[in-house]
Amino acid sequence: MKEFVLIFRLSNQSQEKPSAEQMQERMNWLAGIAAQNKLVDKGNTLSPVSAKTVRPDNVVTDGPYTEIKEFVSGYIIVKTDTIEEAVEMAKANPIFKLGGNIEVREIMKRD
Amino acid sequence: MTDPAASPRELLPHLFRVEYTKMTAVLCRHFGLQHIETAEDIASETFLKAMESWGKKGIPENPTAWLYTVAKNKTKDYLRRQAVFETQIKDAVKPREQLTFEEPDFTPQMINDSQLAMIFAVCNPSNAPAAQICLALQVLCGFSVAEIAAAFLTKTETIKKRLLRARANLRKDHFQVKQLEPAAIAERLDTVLRTIYLLFNEGYFSVSGDQLIRKDLCSEALRLGLILTENPLTNTTHANALLALMCFQSSRLDARANEAGDTILFEQQDKYLWSQELIDKGNYYLVNACTGDEVSKYHLEAGIAYWHTTPTDQHKWEHILHLYNQLILMEYSPVTALNRTFAFAKVYGSEAGIKEAEKLQLHDNSYYHSLLAYLWATTDIHKAIASYQQAIRLTKSAAEKKTLLSAIQRLHEKRC
Repeated sequence: MKEFVLIFRLSNQSQEKPSAEQMQERMNWLAGIAAQNKLVDKGNTLSPVSAKTVRPDNVVTDGPYTEIKEFVSGYIIVKTDTIEEAVEMAKANPIFKLGGNIEVREIMKRD
Repeated sequence: MTDPAASPRELLPHLFRVEYTKMTAVLCRHFGLQHIETAEDIASETFLKAMESWGKKGIPENPTAWLYTVAKNKTKDYLRRQAVFETQIKDAVKPREQLTFEEPDFTPQMINDSQLAMIFAVCNPSNAPAAQICLALQVLCGFSVAEIAAAFLTKTETIKKRLLRARANLRKDHFQVKQLEPAAIAERLDTVLRTIYLLFNEGYFSVSGDQLIRKDLCSEALRLGLILTENPLTNTTHANALLALMCFQSSRLDARANEAGDTILFEQQDKYLWSQELIDKGNYYLVNACTGDEVSKYHLEAGIAYWHTTPTDQHKWEHILHLYNQLILMEYSPVTALNRTFAFAKVYGSEAGIKEAEKLQLHDNSYYHSLLAYLWATTDIHKAIASYQQAIRLTKSAAEKKTLLSAIQRLHEKRC
């Protein structure tokens, strides 16, 4: 099986706290992947507030990298036979209701 | 403890279970684990003597004290014989092993400490889980090979082989049966808890239809769990969580089977047969378990078992699903995945449950098919019956087969 990182992005506007129902949906989604024994790493949520971006020449700005008005909000790692299967998993995530998106990237193992 | 009406034949098996393992634990502390067979021989001879003597003279006033006095004398005899062998027969050229001439001490404190240390001695992380449980049953619970074989529905030869290797590990291991050191606890407590957990599950979900054996296994696991919580060194939140789990599960033991030994499904159980006493104990240990910040799988499973004791709570299944979600994220197992899906279906309905279940792809698992059958039953009886039949083909348990057959029977009746 191959491993894929699912990278979650939210737009800058959607910063309100998720409701209990949204949290439950998210948890169900994640546990549903674990129940198929296809979760490699349940990942982490990345803080949108405690964040800095370091650029060349010692330029440090507050906040995450948001050139396209989006920031990475978290990630998980799954294992599937194909990228299509990982994409199907991503499609079921409730993030789209918040206007977010998910990037699916195969992990290239270093030798 | 002395019932004048009790005959030795009735009293001895009970005393044997209770005292044999305590006696060997203390003697192992005395002789060292490499001589565990000697310890067991002395304990067995003691009971043999009790059988003979009590049959002729009647049961003494304090049978336990009688047993320990005999065990003490037999130990002294053994040591004397050893000393004779050492000084007169054995070649003087050989370096002499140090011999202890101290008498074994059978005070309650010593018995408790030895038993606790013995649990840690037996739970060696290098043993395979199946062998580990056999060894625990034999050494810690005083089960005979035949009883273990009956519990596992396995041939006695297989059990003997498992025990042989595990016992060799036990003798070779340089574990000392004495006051437990924090390092030994840190190293082995997880294995100890897991062994007790598996022992309990072996009883609770046993393939053996024998209700007595199953109850025995469960109550032995509870007893070992209690030993842990009674000692400040091992009275951890995880141990309390495990004990809470076992209390909650045990509270339903009597309701889970009818007089013929057939399994009664949760939803059809007579809730008045649940033991309130054990539920209360479970609550007590669960509160103790929640004094720290750590959450173990025992905490989560105890939480699930707790919600099962509250049949009327409106949000029960949401709580249970939430706990199963956490549990599956902590440790994958097919059983957890299937139970989680059952809870999911209880919250979101059969249709959503079927979708979630089919993703699991556990085609070799009988419970996978019986879960699908259960979920199909409300919408598609044909699919439900086919899934039940598939489950019957896969199960090894006679009791489960019977339960599944009666489920099919009910569906047929519904269709007519």
